[in-house]
Amino acid sequence: MAFDLTRRKALKGLVNGAAVAVGIPLLDVFLDGNGQALAATGARVPIRFGTWFWGLGVNPSRFYPTTTGTDYEMQPELAPITPLRHKINVLGNFNVPLDGAPNLPHRSGGVAVRTGRAMTADRGLPGESFDVAISDQIGSGTRFRSLEISSSGDPRNSLSGRGGGNLNPSEVSPAAFYTRLFGTGFQDPNSAEFKPDPLVIARRSVLSGVTEQRQALERSLGSADRAKLDQYFTSLRQLENQLEVQLTKPEPLQACLVPKPVADRPVNAEIETVMENHKLMTRLLVMALACDQTRVFNMMFNNGASSLTRIGSTITHHQLTHEEVLDTRLGYQPEATYFLTKIMEAWVDFTSALDGVQEGDRTLLDNTLVFAHSETEFAKFHTIDNLPMMTAGSAGGRIKTGQYIDGAGTPISRVGLTLQQVMGVPLDRWGSKSMETNKPVGELSA
Amino acid sequence: MSRIRRAALALAATGAVLAGCATDTGSIAAATGEPPATTVSGLSGQVVAMRRLTRSQYLNSIADIFGPDIKVSGRFEPIVRPVHEMIASGARASSISPAGLEQFDAMARNIAAQVFDETHRGQFVPCAPANPAKADAACASKVLTPLGRYIFRRPMTTAEQAFYVRQASDAAGPTGSFYKGLELALSAMLVSPSFLYQVETAEPDPASPGQLRLDNYSRAARLSFMLWNTTPNETLLSAAERGQLTDPARLEAIASHMVESRRFEEGVRAFFADMLLFEKFDELAKDPVVYPYFNQELAKSLPEQMLRTIVDHLLTRDGDYRELFTTNRTFMDRQLASLYQVPVRKSEGWQTYEFQPGDDRAGILGQAGFLALYSHSGRSSPTLRGRAIRELLMCQPVPDPPGDVNFTAVQDTSNKAMPTARIRLTAHRTDPVCAGCHMITDPIGLSLERFDGIGAFRTTENGARIDYSGSVDGVDFMGANGLGKAMAENVATTQCVAGRALEYATAHPSDDNYRLVDALEQKFAAQNYSIRSLFLDVATLPEAYQVKLDPLDGGKTSISLAD
Repeated sequence: MAFDLTRRKALKGLVNGAAVAVGIPLLDVFLDGNGQALAATGARVPIRFGTWFWGLGVNPSRFYPTTTGTDYEMQPELAPITPLRHKINVLGNFNVPLDGAPNLPHRSGGVAVRTGRAMTADRGLPGESFDVAISDQIGSGTRFRSLEISSSGDPRNSLSGRGGGNLNPSEVSPAAFYTRLFGTGFQDPNSAEFKPDPLVIARRSVLSGVTEQRQALERSLGSADRAKLDQYFTSLRQLENQLEVQLTKPEPLQACLVPKPVADRPVNAEIETVMENHKLMTRLLVMALACDQTRVFNMMFNNGASSLTRIGSTITHHQLTHEEVLDTRLGYQPEATYFLTKIMEAWVDFTSALDGVQEGDRTLLDNTLVFAHSETEFAKFHTIDNLPMMTAGSAGGRIKTGQYIDGAGTPISRVGLTLQQVMGVPLDRWGSKSMETNKPVGELSA
Repeated sequence: MSRIRRAALALAATGAVLAGCATDTGSIAAATGEPPATTVSGLSGQVVAMRRLTRSQYLNSIADIFGPDIKVSGRFEPIVRPVHEMIASGARASSISPAGLEQFDAMARNIAAQVFDETHRGQFVPCAPANPAKADAACASKVLTPLGRYIFRRPMTTAEQAFYVRQASDAAGPTGSFYKGLELALSAMLVSPSFLYQVETAEPDPASPGQLRLDNYSRAARLSFMLWNTTPNETLLSAAERGQLTDPARLEAIASHMVESRRFEEGVRAFFADMLLFEKFDELAKDPVVYPYFNQELAKSLPEQMLRTIVDHLLTRDGDYRELFTTNRTFMDRQLASLYQVPVRKSEGWQTYEFQPGDDRAGILGQAGFLALYSHSGRSSPTLRGRAIRELLMCQPVPDPPGDVNFTAVQDTSNKAMPTARIRLTAHRTDPVCAGCHMITDPIGLSLERFDGIGAFRTTENGARIDYSGSVDGVDFMGANGLGKAMAENVATTQCVAGRALEYATAHPSDDNYRLVDALEQKFAAQNYSIRSLFLDVATLPEAYQVKLDPLDGGKTSISLAD
């Protein structure tokens, strides 16, 4: 991992000087040329990436289109996306070959999608999740490398991390999320006032010093502990970035409107609470993106073995998928499917909120690539081939949208490979064993 | 005031021979007020493990070093628990994410600001800066050097000492304040990996040439976190400095003192909270329609009742571990009294309570905390309860259902012909695919069916009388009383806790150390299954401090216990 020593040294040299902010160039990443010019300011619009996860899959026959391309016939469970179908792709029939590893229920599928690997034991992620690789590429210059959120509580509900004991914990409380984003340390890019805080200058210098200690710390470390220390310093780099950002006058961003504070409210897995918390945190996330506080996010609507509940029901969403009798007349489990209806409602709310923000002649959704997926196909039987997946937005026109794409039984890692390539991660091959692939999903290429 | 701060005060205020906990002699460090930078340990040793502090270890460390009036507010990145292992083992693999470090940084700044505010600075700053608006390296060194020793659990190296003093000076300039400078240097110390991780370092083992053993300061931290769940105090650091913790006789004397101390209670609480997966209480929720009595206050009392029972039985009474499953003594508060339907005298706080044998509430498995945690949100679950007993208390992992399991034989709760869980599960167990695992779990859990999804007593389910017979490993019994007795008589129970104690100390699952665990269990038995004796045995076990370097692993080190 490379550190920008020049900038740090330059800053340190200026610590006692008055004109610090003037001397610091705009962060390179703000000028990475990924975006299109915004008419209002001439600044570049960044391209963002995010994931949106839901647990317990779908009823496949009521969800998947029967024909590929853009003219597919809408199935009832997918119908809520109709107003945005031209900006969404639906992907089906990609497989998860486990090479003899066990299918750990509600774990193996989601983990395979995100890491391109089969889990062999339940000890955290078996490798780096690809959203982290993307955040290494596009997220290291903003205040937050990425933001993780779980609408149904539990900070451990996350599929993002570098593997093993490294997991990016999820934010669960809208009020705490607000404070983190827009409390101390936030700089309104549209504010005329800008005065660097001497305390921040001093903190910046202190943290740079910690980084310089790295060599001393690394002596006589085994490789496992060295990896932990590497991750520590990557995390420290975010802290340094946060201070750099605070010492840099931000470029004005037309779409950035600082939201009102959010009051404390319950956090639990009851579906109506989850819907409201999801809505609130979505609104905050949308503004965090519009105000360029982050370019990468991971939203977990619920968890894999969904603990969603509904007032008056004795068992959870997860248990319903196993224990509720398949209604032979309807052809599905109505109580379990109730939760899926809410999930699709939330997904449409999420994408609509992104689409409601205008950035030049495009919307925030257009300038983003959102990847939505579940961890099972049909939860009653824990099937993991043909996992439901969608994309929304076009990453600023980099991918084609509006289609149903049939993977024809090829490995699911093709999707992760493609998304990383679209977001600029330099790799031509991804995944391990039977999930190793060098074949991106051609239908997505614009 | 905390023990350590008292010691720090002694250092700071008088520079005299250390009072407080250092029992026999004051160290050179205490006498001079400035411990010498070490070359024996510190960062010069071979690092063999980095174990992330848990939330409670962090909180206890801050309270001990700076005093309980320094408030810590913030969210802690959770440590991932590897399946069938302890969080103590997960801590060894735990790294710190950007979001997690952001939180640690915010907490560190908040703590440092309080330590050097006008109210508190007098306790930590033994000198007056030449000019409070400017840097003063000599005075900063007098403040940071003793603090660094407590924070890093070893003396700082000369380089570290110089480094943090320079930080304080560099930061005093732009902020125009000596104390702001100290504050920023201290917050940097509190986000250092040397604080956030318990860094275990090793030295050559004279008893086994070519092998390594944990060095003195690593032993001090291990003893302290294992037995008191907090950072080593002056006594331990001084003992480490004098090399006493590698001397078996001194180690035994110090560890004996520690398990007899009141502070061992905090260690026992932390150990059982880890062994019994108490982090699950954070996410415990019940359906408000089915269980209108359930609320967040009750949810807090549930684990506390279990921990109070554990501490009272194992420490206050020095009881036999096996009787933790049969004792009728417990504690009640008002929340629990309404759940258990028993009278309480006091309107607030906890009071002792003794169940009658007819209540069928024997031991910790008859308590609502266990029963509610291993239930569904709206009903009880013999399978979840049986599985938890196998996995957590007998250390026998139960396989997950196969990924392609066919659930067509599964229960239908609305079927009038199958009113009780026993009838529904029997239908389930007749499917040969399911039977294998359910035979391991259900006959245990069914004995607890007279307790519903929040652990309240009942005699019927859907109008049908509940059969509460159960069996484990060929022993048949009735209800929670019978289950407790069967657990007390099952050797897996005592082997399990012995293995967990070893895992808790070393941060390595003890599965591969059958012989060591067997030997520990036998000593445990010989000492009437006293938890104090077990922890003392683990704390003084030479094998637990031995470090093997694995030559096949390309420089990666791992602790493996000699077997």
